[in-house]
Amino acid sequence: MPAPTPDRPPAPDETALQEHFEATIAAEHRIEPRDWMPEGYRRTLVRQIAQHAHSEIIGMQPEGDWLLAAPSLRRKAILLAKVQDEAGHGLYLYSATETLGADRADLTDKLIEGRQKYSSIFNYPTLSYADVGVIGWLVDGAAICNQVPLCRSSYGPYARAMIRICKEESFHQRQGYELLMTMMRGTEEQRAMVQDAVDRWWWPSLMMFGPPDADSPNTAQSMAWGIKRHTNDELRQRFVDMTVPQAQFLGVALPDPELAWDADAGHWRFGAVDWDEFKRVISGQGPMNDVRIARRRAARDDNAWVTEAASAYARKHAVREAAA
Amino acid sequence: MVHEETAYESLVHAHGDEGHWVFGTGFDDPLAGVDTSVPPGVDRADLGAYCLMLGDDALVLSQRLTEWITRAPELEEEVAIGNIALDLLGQARLLLARAGSVGELGRSRSLATGSVPDEDALAYFRDADEFRCTPLVEEPDGDFAHAMVRLLVASSFRLAVLARLRGSRDPVVAAIAAKGVNELTYHRDHAARWVLRLGDGTDESHRRAQRAVDAIWPLTAQLFTATGVERRLVAAGVAVDPSSVRDEVRRVLAEVLARGTLTAPPEPPDAEPAGRSGEHGPALTELLSTLQGLARRHPASTW
Repeated sequence: MPAPTPDRPPAPDETALQEHFEATIAAEHRIEPRDWMPEGYRRTLVRQIAQHAHSEIIGMQPEGDWLLAAPSLRRKAILLAKVQDEAGHGLYLYSATETLGADRADLTDKLIEGRQKYSSIFNYPTLSYADVGVIGWLVDGAAICNQVPLCRSSYGPYARAMIRICKEESFHQRQGYELLMTMMRGTEEQRAMVQDAVDRWWWPSLMMFGPPDADSPNTAQSMAWGIKRHTNDELRQRFVDMTVPQAQFLGVALPDPELAWDADAGHWRFGAVDWDEFKRVISGQGPMNDVRIARRRAARDDNAWVTEAASAYARKHAVREAAA
Repeated sequence: MVHEETAYESLVHAHGDEGHWVFGTGFDDPLAGVDTSVPPGVDRADLGAYCLMLGDDALVLSQRLTEWITRAPELEEEVAIGNIALDLLGQARLLLARAGSVGELGRSRSLATGSVPDEDALAYFRDADEFRCTPLVEEPDGDFAHAMVRLLVASSFRLAVLARLRGSRDPVVAAIAAKGVNELTYHRDHAARWVLRLGDGTDESHRRAQRAVDAIWPLTAQLFTATGVERRLVAAGVAVDPSSVRDEVRRVLAEVLARGTLTAPPEPPDAEPAGRSGEHGPALTELLSTLQGLARRHPASTW
């Protein structure tokens, strides 16, 4: 992804606006839609929020694949409510981009055409029902680590959307963990399903925090703008420290022989992430990239006649009401 | 409004359940606190069979609607369809649990292990010939017009029945009906709005909506015919005779279709309620193989 291009120097009449913007950020106040903002700030936010919105919507698919086959009615209800929440999160986030002048249909086209990204984690398949629990525990857990700081984002609509989203995500995480606890108390086969799912999702979850700081071109500017609050590596460490005791309590092994407690630092040290795999998956060569995008494309294209009908109906009835 | 910083702190230091459970996802027995004794003069087997009829309609339609998730025309529609499917699933769980509580478990209880709750024994361990749903809810949706026309017909029927069941002598059925009426009012409204838009939208949407109406009308042939179970339970003050809601349902449908510039086909002649006694086409068998497969592969597991 290209780094945001540096802003052109402000015109004389923009100098005061720029100063006001920077003072607002420095005072940790919120930028609101009608406030002046540098073009680069706007562009970076649209990119970040759209990527987040796309992730919510694509993220409905891996777990959604188990909706029809959930092994109890209670689990089906929990999963359906969760997938529905994700659609709701996508909606809030696309609405936040619209306050910045973006258009949801245009962003959806960009997603389908591969011009905007979504979280690479959703390009892995869900092979057993334990994956539903592990996604809740690890993937939602990682998302929460990433997103809780965004509740203090400098952009007001994004910060407010993130508060609601984080509350729901933390709820999903607990539901996922509760499913895993139930399975670990179950049969030998169920315990093996949980361990297998942890083995497959652990490393991709660590990749969710993005490339290492040394290789993250956008971090410095985003932190200066108050769009981002912590670096990728800081958040990754926080996630590992939080998750290791949970894994121990659950009774599963995390698939990293180098995982060790560093008492001096007060952190869990972990092995090297396979960043080549990350790059392959993010660039479209993950196991499920094509399937995910094809589903989204089909939802748009196969139902285009519905959207057209709704617009035609609204137009007709607006005309009839005006004539009445 | 919650101040951002406060909310941030509460998230970082979150503890305890914060009441975010969506209905139907709770851990409690769905009939906890409700008097589940059977009123005098009511046959337990009939009551169980009747709860299966109402519950299976809801379960199967919920599953059909859930097939739309990640495939709906708009994100708003993902949320709406998810809501409706969840409501119906919640109704199904209560009704299957009621059927189980009066002992209507059939072969399912011997196939499922003791730790499987009744609602799951009934949903996952009955074969198609033990399901008591009506053909209207069974067919797969070809397109979104089919989904919305079917939802309109099914929710109009169910709303009319549940509105009357609020006065049922069975306190559990009455409580489920009272809750369901609010939900179904929304389902019917949602479907009706779409049928208007599709019927009176573009030429293509009109063609598809009319095709859906033409395909779905014959599926209502069994809808208004009472079974023996229903007739006995009507006499006992528990059930509703489906033929008694026919005029109301037909009136609602005729109005929506007319406003959507759609033509109501001739009403199919009444047919025997074969679905209510376990006769179904291949669509239901296929639906159940997806719904039940995982649970049946692990009959000794709890989830």
